[in-house]
Amino acid sequence: MGDLFAQALNGLSYGVLLFLLSVGLTLIFGMLDVVNLAHGSYYMLGAYAGLSLIAATGNFWLALGLAPLAVGVVGAVVERTCLRPLYRRGPLDQVLLTFGLIYVFEDLVKWIWGGRIRSIPTPELFASSVNVWGAVIPSYRLFVIGFGLAMAVALWLVIERTRLGAIIRAGVYDSEMTAGMGINIHRVFTLVFAFGAALAGLSGVIAGPIQSAYPPMGASILIPALIVVVVGGLGSLKGSLAGSLLIGQAETFGKAWLPGASMLIIYVVMAVVLLVRPQGLFGRALK
Amino acid sequence: MAQLTRRKFLGGASAIAAGAAAGPWVLRAHAQGAPIKIGLVLPYSGVYAVLGESITQAMELVFARENWTVAGRKIEMIKEDDEMQPPVGIRKTEKLIESDKVDILTGPVHSGILMGMRDKVHNSKTILIVSNAGADAISRERCSKWIFRTSFSNWQPNQPMGGWVAKNVSKDVFIMAPNYQAGKDQLGAFKETFVPAGGKLVGEDYPKLGETDYAPYLTKVRQSGAKAVYAFFSGTDAVNFVKQYDQFGLKQSIKLTGAGFLTEPDVLPAQGRSALGVITGHFYTPLLENPTNVAFVRDFRAKFGGKMPDGFACQGYDTAETIVRALKAVGGNTQDKEKLVAAIEATAFESPRGPFRFDPKTHNVIQPFIYIREVKEVAGGLNNVPFDKVADVRDPGTGCTLPA
Repeated sequence: MGDLFAQALNGLSYGVLLFLLSVGLTLIFGMLDVVNLAHGSYYMLGAYAGLSLIAATGNFWLALGLAPLAVGVVGAVVERTCLRPLYRRGPLDQVLLTFGLIYVFEDLVKWIWGGRIRSIPTPELFASSVNVWGAVIPSYRLFVIGFGLAMAVALWLVIERTRLGAIIRAGVYDSEMTAGMGINIHRVFTLVFAFGAALAGLSGVIAGPIQSAYPPMGASILIPALIVVVVGGLGSLKGSLAGSLLIGQAETFGKAWLPGASMLIIYVVMAVVLLVRPQGLFGRALK
Repeated sequence: MAQLTRRKFLGGASAIAAGAAAGPWVLRAHAQGAPIKIGLVLPYSGVYAVLGESITQAMELVFARENWTVAGRKIEMIKEDDEMQPPVGIRKTEKLIESDKVDILTGPVHSGILMGMRDKVHNSKTILIVSNAGADAISRERCSKWIFRTSFSNWQPNQPMGGWVAKNVSKDVFIMAPNYQAGKDQLGAFKETFVPAGGKLVGEDYPKLGETDYAPYLTKVRQSGAKAVYAFFSGTDAVNFVKQYDQFGLKQSIKLTGAGFLTEPDVLPAQGRSALGVITGHFYTPLLENPTNVAFVRDFRAKFGGKMPDGFACQGYDTAETIVRALKAVGGNTQDKEKLVAAIEATAFESPRGPFRFDPKTHNVIQPFIYIREVKEVAGGLNNVPFDKVADVRDPGTGCTLPA
């Protein structure tokens, strides 16, 4: 029983990381209609910006606050200069562009930080492990769980309870109609894209002490994030959270109980969801 | 026969001359002997680029010592990036053999690339000196008279560790490696001596290659009642595994041991203090005190901005040293390949790792020692400090029948 609970906590911490990464992806997807394959690059940029900020200030918490801002600025610039001219073109052009951006960012990171494997040290405050009802878990992972769930609540409040959130929801539903209502939809696009990138950057810093930082790290995290988006439903905050937690648990218990088939589990979950609910757990029914 | 090769060579040389419009230069070059071309198939991009870089740098160190000339012929290195992808590595191998017509090939890091290269090299009778990839098969049923290996077979660093861990650490061990051929090879070799020494495997897991979250496995380790873990991981896997092992608080109660790659200098800085106390077996550590290694470490650091050489650099050093010595032995004649193969086979010298020689049965290096090392804080940061060793580790070479 202690075993089950310990694995559930492991799955929760992994799921929460996936949530922070995929929520930006799903909002960008839902609102801008852009399959942003370079989303993992912002995750990578976050980790590296975090590394530099920690090296400069010695303070993990400062890096956690500042790195996402820097990544958000990069996201805004990319949206204004690269993506905006492509909105009227087909999805293939956007996929090609964002796919190309993966390589640009990867080389940029190699150029600035080098190709060596790096890693963000665990903050002193959470360096040990703790016993939670018989389950031993690193205290840092408990922090990740708490922080991620708090972010989910905060995001929900913004999207469901503020004027900006209403505009974003309207934009996800029908961006042309929203523009027709007198909203400067382009400004909202930039904001959402920058915000999504900043969240990816944030998850890069958060994941830093658990995982290593290396140039193709963004590409390897992209697949699970895309699966979460598909499972949860495009453009849905709730879907992104539910999808992340589901995939987090499925992958963790797969590794623990069916190690031989663990790589398959998340794909099986995705296939089952697609068969039963093609629009994803919380997605709008397909037109 | 000599006439024929000479004519053929002149034909090739004048074709180049016509192409480059540099006739007199080529004629002069021929008078001294055309350059000896050494083709390198290594990763120069991605995470494993640091391995390719270490191997290449150490080779350059040796060739520079010889003024890039051996037996009156210039040495020319042709580097190809295999991107750690078998199709790319195999394509680059074909390019080096067919269009560059290299005299000697070296590389790769990836065992999958090595297995893909094997038949191309064997059938074209190209000499390949493997400078990293450890696939056991190349010293066993897939061995070839044209293929040598200066690095290791996966079996070599692991087989002595099984008995050593059972005797000196614990008999209740959980073993773990990535789910691919090298991972299974390495743990298989560990089991060969661990079980007969009275060891009991309390658990065994194969996470996927490139795993980022080891939490589910680490929870299983804690629940298994293991007194020690033996692991083979490298690259980012090694960083993630060692860091998370420490974060889960396992290090104090369950000793972490493994194959040397777990804490090599390519991953040690990223692991930081999480790696302290980890015990590994490997054929090299820069802290060895033999005179060849002391000079190697000094020269390597002087040439490459203070960088410490690692096991990969030692492999590069031994590859280049083998090439230089064998070419000197045959007077720079790369046309008579049978003779060159015999010269390589007979090459023996003092390597930074100890007395270096090939096993004539398999063309694989006989490891003079597998050093048992512990990660400690020493001058210059964290490093693998040797404190015990097992001598003369020779791959069994089962199924390899090289012509004598």
